[in-house]
Amino acid sequence: MTAEHQLSVTTLDGNEACARIAYRLSEICVIYPITPSSPMGELADQWSNAGRQNIWGDVPSVVEMQSEAGAAGAVHGVLQTGALATTFTASQGLLLMIPNMYKIAGELTPTVFHVAARAVAGQALSIFGDHQDVMATRPTGFAQLASASVQEAQDLALIAHAATLATRVPFLHFFDGFRTSHEMNTLELLPDTVLSAMVPEELVLAHRGRALDPDAPVLRGTAQNPDVYFQAREAANPWYAAVPAAVAGAMERFAGLTGRRYRLFDYTGDPEAERVIVLMGSGAGTAAETVEHLNARGEKVGLLQVRLFRPFDAGAMRAALPPTVRRLAVLDRTKEPGSVAEPLCLDVIAALASPAVNPVDGHPGVSAEVIGGRYGLSSKEFTPAMVRAVFDNLAAEEPKRSFTVGIDDDVSGTSLSVPAGFRLERGETFQAVFHGLGADGTVSANKNTIKIIGSRPGTHAQGYFVYDSKKAGSRTVSHLRFGPDPIRSTCLIEEADFVACHQFDFLHTGDVLGLARRGARVLLNAPGSAEGVWAQLPRSVQREILDKNLDVWAIDAYRVAREAGLGRRINTIMQTCFFQLMGIMPAEEAIAQIKEAIGRSYRRKGPEVVERNFAAVDRAIANLAPVPPDEVTATSDRRPPVPEDAPEFVRRVTGPLLAGRGDALPVSALPADGTWPTGTAAWEKRNIADFVPEWDPEICIQCGQCGAVCPHGVIRAKFFDDAGLADAPSGFPSAPVSARGFPDTRYTLQIYAEDCTGCALCVDACPARNIERPAERAINMRPKPADLEPVRRHLAWFEGLPDVDRGHVDFSNIRGVQYLPPLFEFSGACAGCGETPYLKLLSQLFGDRAVIANATGCSSIYGGNLPTTPWAKNHEGRGPAWSNSLFEDNAEFGLGFRLSADQHRRHAEQLLGELAPRLEPDLVDGLLQAVQDEESEIREQRRRVAALREALARIDDPRAMRLASLARHLVRHSIWLVGGDGWAYDIGYGGLDHVLSLERDVNVLVLDTEVYSNTGGQASKSTPTAAVAKFAAGGKSVAKKDLALQAIAYGHVYVARVALGANPQQTLLAFREAERYPGPSVILAYSHCIAHGINMEHGLRQQKLAVSCGHWPLMRYNPLLAEQGEVPFLLDSPRPTKRFRDYASREMRYRVLEASDPDRAEWLMTRAQEHIDRHWRIYEEMAGRGTEANPYRHLAAGDSFGGKPA
Amino acid sequence: MKLSTTYLGLELEHPVVASASPLSQTLDGVRRLEDAGAAAVVIHSLFEEQIRHEAAAQAHLMDAGSESFGEALSYFPDLGGAEIGPQQYLEHVRRCREATSIPIIASLNGSSPEGWTDYARLIEEAGAHALELNLYYLPAEPAECGADVERRYLQTVHLVREAVSIPLAVKVGPWFSSFGHMALQLESAGADGLVLFNRFYQPDFDIEKLEVEPTLELSRSGEIRQGLFWLALLHGRVQGSLAASSGVTSAAEVAKYLLAGAHAVMTASALLRLGPPYLASLRDGLADWMDARGYEDVDQVRGAMSHGRVAEPAAFERANYLRVLDSYQNRWG
Repeated sequence: MTAEHQLSVTTLDGNEACARIAYRLSEICVIYPITPSSPMGELADQWSNAGRQNIWGDVPSVVEMQSEAGAAGAVHGVLQTGALATTFTASQGLLLMIPNMYKIAGELTPTVFHVAARAVAGQALSIFGDHQDVMATRPTGFAQLASASVQEAQDLALIAHAATLATRVPFLHFFDGFRTSHEMNTLELLPDTVLSAMVPEELVLAHRGRALDPDAPVLRGTAQNPDVYFQAREAANPWYAAVPAAVAGAMERFAGLTGRRYRLFDYTGDPEAERVIVLMGSGAGTAAETVEHLNARGEKVGLLQVRLFRPFDAGAMRAALPPTVRRLAVLDRTKEPGSVAEPLCLDVIAALASPAVNPVDGHPGVSAEVIGGRYGLSSKEFTPAMVRAVFDNLAAEEPKRSFTVGIDDDVSGTSLSVPAGFRLERGETFQAVFHGLGADGTVSANKNTIKIIGSRPGTHAQGYFVYDSKKAGSRTVSHLRFGPDPIRSTCLIEEADFVACHQFDFLHTGDVLGLARRGARVLLNAPGSAEGVWAQLPRSVQREILDKNLDVWAIDAYRVAREAGLGRRINTIMQTCFFQLMGIMPAEEAIAQIKEAIGRSYRRKGPEVVERNFAAVDRAIANLAPVPPDEVTATSDRRPPVPEDAPEFVRRVTGPLLAGRGDALPVSALPADGTWPTGTAAWEKRNIADFVPEWDPEICIQCGQCGAVCPHGVIRAKFFDDAGLADAPSGFPSAPVSARGFPDTRYTLQIYAEDCTGCALCVDACPARNIERPAERAINMRPKPADLEPVRRHLAWFEGLPDVDRGHVDFSNIRGVQYLPPLFEFSGACAGCGETPYLKLLSQLFGDRAVIANATGCSSIYGGNLPTTPWAKNHEGRGPAWSNSLFEDNAEFGLGFRLSADQHRRHAEQLLGELAPRLEPDLVDGLLQAVQDEESEIREQRRRVAALREALARIDDPRAMRLASLARHLVRHSIWLVGGDGWAYDIGYGGLDHVLSLERDVNVLVLDTEVYSNTGGQASKSTPTAAVAKFAAGGKSVAKKDLALQAIAYGHVYVARVALGANPQQTLLAFREAERYPGPSVILAYSHCIAHGINMEHGLRQQKLAVSCGHWPLMRYNPLLAEQGEVPFLLDSPRPTKRFRDYASREMRYRVLEASDPDRAEWLMTRAQEHIDRHWRIYEEMAGRGTEANPYRHLAAGDSFGGKPA
Repeated sequence: MKLSTTYLGLELEHPVVASASPLSQTLDGVRRLEDAGAAAVVIHSLFEEQIRHEAAAQAHLMDAGSESFGEALSYFPDLGGAEIGPQQYLEHVRRCREATSIPIIASLNGSSPEGWTDYARLIEEAGAHALELNLYYLPAEPAECGADVERRYLQTVHLVREAVSIPLAVKVGPWFSSFGHMALQLESAGADGLVLFNRFYQPDFDIEKLEVEPTLELSRSGEIRQGLFWLALLHGRVQGSLAASSGVTSAAEVAKYLLAGAHAVMTASALLRLGPPYLASLRDGLADWMDARGYEDVDQVRGAMSHGRVAEPAAFERANYLRVLDSYQNRWG
């Protein structure tokens, strides 16, 4: 480090380390959110809003686009007109940028795309890290520079920006998603002086000088013919040839400025190594540590870390290798099915095979055998033992080729066996693991801990956080390392000195102490006194504590938090105990630092929050006590992940996944084509709610509202014969059916307590009151019983009752629909989710004949993220068939379902005609002329199809076999295109618009949360005026796009806007009309969301307010009415009775601006009201002339929650 | 004719003051009140408890779901300096002060000793001409005795008096065992004036939904009598200013309050009902009445019918109550 540059040390994650550089070296950032790169764009937006300048004194603009394709196009335009642009992306987003990447590179335009490299969707989507996305862009002409650590994510970002301007070749700078993008590590920050020294302004001016400019007009983007295209494609060769030297030069300059030296290919290890691993990205950290370990034991091994992957400098690579190398293992973090080897491996082979390409003067040359292997896909762990396994393979007489490491491939036999128990010495590095409940603050406290520890001179710290695939009741595991040496390990902790369990129940459901080393210290958040903890531990945990001689401490953190007024927020309490137990620094200093961090984190949340946390910290240590060990006394042990009567696949595959043992599943256990069974969530009894609903049969009016709004499908109704009650388990609650015409029949409402999230929406929806205790309703939240056995007995008996015959169900009202079993149940969505009740309703009404195309987003995650799926089957084995293609193409994907169904139905009808002489005439007529609107008609058609199949089996004709395979399409399939507003309004809008323009019978359900919920609250075109969101931090000023009006403009599209919380009956009506409508239908469904900043318990009230203030007018547009000469536009909600402000003031997304910018907040409120008023006038005009003819006008006035029951 | 008066040491052009209401929550509203002729404006109260509650609620709602799911580690942008706190209120005071030329009286409802004093200091720094302490405390806990409540009030006034030097008015409700004594005590604790009276929250029931409903009804003219009574009794017995609040619907109530002894008469309900321009009607109506009765100076009106000056002081006391009962009996038998 040179003296003139004052470098500061801090602790950041890779995304921030990179974004700090990209922002300061850009004029414009154009972005679109995608995991795990989203934080880079969000930080840039935040800085821009705060007026932070780039190194030239300008505040960069940050623009969110409708897709990554749009972002790349905008970047291309920015570059062509002379400004400096960057973007941040990953995975599918990067794939969408490819066409423009070719253009940008083809025009020799300098830019840097920063990529948090991630898996791409093949057999499944994965948000985790590998190099598949980057590898898909190899031919675009972008240079590719790989960072392997948080420090490098910063440093190589700068080198990329410097090199692109120097060479005019655009750069893709990437680092591993999550492992680097989300890892916090100690790094030296680069000051602006270094940035300015690396990026001389004349290069910026040169770029600006190449801008399209009417003062010096040129033509770009020509179309070229066979005569010159080829030559022109070769014309840029010299620019590419210059890149390696330019990058190397930039690296040297950088070393001069900072003391940190990087090379195109960095070799570490024995100078006379015979076996060398070649790889790039974060795996290098673990590999380098292992190489050192092995070198110390005399093994002649080494590591070649690739930094500049494109253009690939063969000479530099050869020069970096020790001449002694005999075998190379090239590890690719990607998979290229069908190739001879993966891309990096192929390049290494080519580089070694053709020294003439880039001869190296004076280098003796390398002649080595190259063996390729794959590792680390989708953030699969890459551990020292795996590195060891790779070196062992290289030492074998007949090494395995095209191997895999890190999995058990019992199908193709590619995998290397990994030595068990192989560990590196850790020196003075300390390792700690924390098990927390999602959103309990464990992760944020640990991030503060890492910053506190990392800020101590001479101390290095690393934090990595493993999140859950569920959104409600999720778990997190924090992995913290710190010590005097830089932390290079890039794998999870395998042997912890300290293990904390912030949720006592975790000890009963999973392996919490497995990572604890012998003699480790353990901290438990346990109810009651420390003396009483031992008796509450499961048998295997007691055994493990004794076997490993663990030093166990406990605190009743929930009690301490409650006493400090923090509710269930225990993070700072547990953090204080950690510092106290580990003695990392003097207690007083630790507490002062914790309080300082609390002040920083919670300052904006007011003195109350800060003071309460201070109080909690002060109480923590006094309440911490050791747990005296005893003998193994417990009689019970951990619960198995799934019951023994679960289906074979669920026991063999889903169970281990649920238990966190998915890594151990062999290749043969997994479906090769991405096909998984449905109905698996039912086997996962998560028990995440402390309070669950309890039904009061005396008060209940059997209206079905509670079940209708339950987002998790845990409230179900059945009726059964009075006589059956004699067999019911004791205490089974039921009541006489309140409807007329059902004598001797009983009604029961079953709560699935073990699947409930405790969201309490059902209570809010219940219209029945106990007249003696008005605070109580017919359904009330009560503490979940400690003994669940009676609950399970009741449930088992309820499930044994036959489902109500669909033919006898009144589909026209919620009271009737409650008897239809949901085929969407127990999802991992947020507690109180506003989206899932709509999906559940869809599944109840049409699930047994539905095929669902689901756009990527929240609904595809809670719908299809392993280990389990909420999509289920009925007792006949029928249920929704579900698939997710992409984020951007869902409308087209779903249209494809319709095209198949139509095609096959037509073909089936044709074959039926041809085979008619050999079939019963009545059957054929019935099949061909069946009306299939009502459930009874559909069931009748099903019966006919079954009869047809039987008849066909007796006909010896190839057409009979063909017809048998198509016969299912004679029953009307219900095709649903489901997604959020990000899909429908933004990235998938073009496709959706096109599908609507056709006349095919598809049903579109837009779960409109008015924001990108799944990626963490970025603005969409559905975000309303005045709402604050990421990329609309100043509050959105333009009106929400009216997708309903756009669809109505076609004239042939059925359109409805619904809000279950405002008018469930209208929602039900719209779903049924949409499904029955023979052309395209769109339902826009108001979905309250955690990203609105509301108490989710009151989500339905917000829906009602959204309607009553006119923000969300309920309407239906039915083209069939127009055909009958009626006004097709039906306004189902009354003229606004409230102001927008009355609704908005209850949501943080609107309120938060009042504090930061009250004038703008006020202006936006006024503007939002104006938008509503203007809109309402249009709606009334559209509905006005025909309101008398509106048969459902009465719906507007009543039948909503709080009104009279149906 | 001289309508000008002095309230809390502030020179007012006339006695009609716009009291705290939604009208004074925006700068535009305060400007409209000034344009309509308000002699001074009391801005809506800064509620410490509300700020604390909102800060905690914001923390809870904006953190909900954060750091638990890998794709969404947060759901809201970091808004930098945005803090839930008194800033917005203070900025409002500052702007009102800059944009108008009439006295701006801030109002404060604290809940902790620090809240009262810290916020009072900040309000003074923001430029308020005077501070009205909105002593709105509901002794909902039966274990708390009247003396404790009084002590709490007096301590608060004392603490704030120590903390700021701008004039201090105290707005209280009438429910003390001896309001007159309480008024004197408040004055000794440091109040420069009293505002009679605060109207407390009185919930209603929705008998359809069986729910408690918050209600806020605008005051009616009949509500002036309690204030009239105590103003008349206190006039001349307290040193500081007296202001009347509640029940002003026409110039008649203004005149009555002045006759009882008020230095200033505050109104919100009438302005909410009829709009800020009604202020001028109140002022002009007062002038017309004074003119008709031959008053030339508002000082002549003030206290003319107070306890010490009316022909029969007993009219304010128990003897009068008995007479009123008698008259009812005579009428309804």
